[in-house]
Amino acid sequence: MTAMRPALTWLVAAGAILLFGLARLPVEKALAASHQSAHLRTAKLDLGLREQIGQLSFVAALSGFRSLVAAFLWIEAHTAWEQTAWGRMAGLFESVTTLQPRSLIYWDLASWHMAWNASVAARENPAEPSEFLRMRAEREYHKLGRSLLERGIANNPDSYLLQERLGIILRDKFGDHSAAADAFTRAASLPGAPAYLKRMAAYELADSGDREREAYEQLRTIFQLGESERLPRVLTLLHELEGKLGIPVADRLVPVLPADQPPES
Amino acid sequence: MIRRIFAIASVTWTELVRLKVFYFLIIFALLVIGNSFFLARFSFEEEFQMLKDISLGAMSIFSSLLAILATATLLPKDIEDRTIYTILAKPVSRTEYLLGKLSGVFLLLALSVLLMGAVFAVVLTMRVQNVLQVTEADMAGMPAADIAAALAKIRQTGHDPNLLSGGLVIMIKAWLLAALTLFISTFATTAIFTTISAFAVYFIGHLQATARDYWLAANDSGFFTHAILGAVALIFPDLQAFNLVDDIVAGTPVPLVLLAKTVALGCGYIAVYTALAAAVFHGREL
Repeated sequence: MTAMRPALTWLVAAGAILLFGLARLPVEKALAASHQSAHLRTAKLDLGLREQIGQLSFVAALSGFRSLVAAFLWIEAHTAWEQTAWGRMAGLFESVTTLQPRSLIYWDLASWHMAWNASVAARENPAEPSEFLRMRAEREYHKLGRSLLERGIANNPDSYLLQERLGIILRDKFGDHSAAADAFTRAASLPGAPAYLKRMAAYELADSGDREREAYEQLRTIFQLGESERLPRVLTLLHELEGKLGIPVADRLVPVLPADQPPES
Repeated sequence: MIRRIFAIASVTWTELVRLKVFYFLIIFALLVIGNSFFLARFSFEEEFQMLKDISLGAMSIFSSLLAILATATLLPKDIEDRTIYTILAKPVSRTEYLLGKLSGVFLLLALSVLLMGAVFAVVLTMRVQNVLQVTEADMAGMPAADIAAALAKIRQTGHDPNLLSGGLVIMIKAWLLAALTLFISTFATTAIFTTISAFAVYFIGHLQATARDYWLAANDSGFFTHAILGAVALIFPDLQAFNLVDDIVAGTPVPLVLLAKTVALGCGYIAVYTALAAAVFHGREL
């Protein structure tokens, strides 16, 4: 009888573990879903990442030290930057952003390094005599910077900052004013967005060439927000668009630019 | 009963303190302070982000290590020193003994997380103040509104009240690991077996959520694979549920209800593992 007691205890303990496992299964599943809908635990750690960061770092990342591994890889990327090792930096940025997809600063700075620093270095690469190849490399880095921001936005749909940065890249590196306007408009609609983003969207619409009516409507709205929004560029663009679109003089908001107005007697 | 548990807890606490476990705080402080000097070469956004990443990551590592290593030695040491016989010869039940031991470890872990958090908070505040002073000096002569906006941005980047929930989740995870290690040590014969098993459970526990999702999803994996995935999902704890720190340091806030649910799950684990430890220890021949 006494020999049976430990066995019985074990049987009860094993049964309790399994029962507890069954009971907590739906709770854990629901909690994981809630975490993910609150943008927690969203990092996707797969074999591709394992190849990038090595087995030890991958195990550390799996064991709950993603942020720590990401910080060390970022420091490594900084060292690569000091050595202007752009290719290595690009690889490290991939790993860091995969490990910490909710960290805006990593997406922002990684795309900036690629689209601005690496692209210029590629264009002025003295080791590459072919101008065609240098320009192609420059464009590749622009695309890499844009792609980083697009993936950052997919992971952080509530961030105005990344949408703003995307708008800047589209404007300055791709010359796509229409797409830049859309990015600034999306940025302006997100929580915490500064007021200037609405103006930036309107400026890009005005520069896009084929969306002038839209630009005019937006600039009108901005103008009507009050004196603080009536910046010189807003007034100039409104004045130009009112002329281009043939707005009746009576309906014009800026029939004459302040600089052209005769001085008050 | 409470008095007996409290007495054992205070003895356990004293024993652990005498083992000089708090020396790891010096390593933690050196790591955080050293890093803060090294990271000063980055932009303030990068610096604060990495200081948070490294400090909270280190807090998580140290608390998990402490939870497993401190708890794994409790029972074997008492058995080896024969202290356990003296205690259990008195009117103290085995459950009270275990609860006392666990409470002592919980106290140690809570204080450790608190102290590490305090070191981190002091270093972060000092760095924020330093960046504020430098920025203010650099922007001297510029419009007051611009200076105020720049300083507000630095303060906002540096201070994040969400980090408190990160500290809470780290502590709950450490408590869970302590309860789990105590459960293992009730049937283990040596401290080294307990430690190795607890670390194995720790690693598998971080993969439990993946195993559970594969197990529950309809897939064409073979019978044995399906059975193994099911066993992992049912036997091991879901430690990924407590890995919120990585996202908290990235600036993702944890809604209060979700934090409460996570803490409740942790408490559930602690209660069940403690009950199992008591049940197994009750039948153990000493």
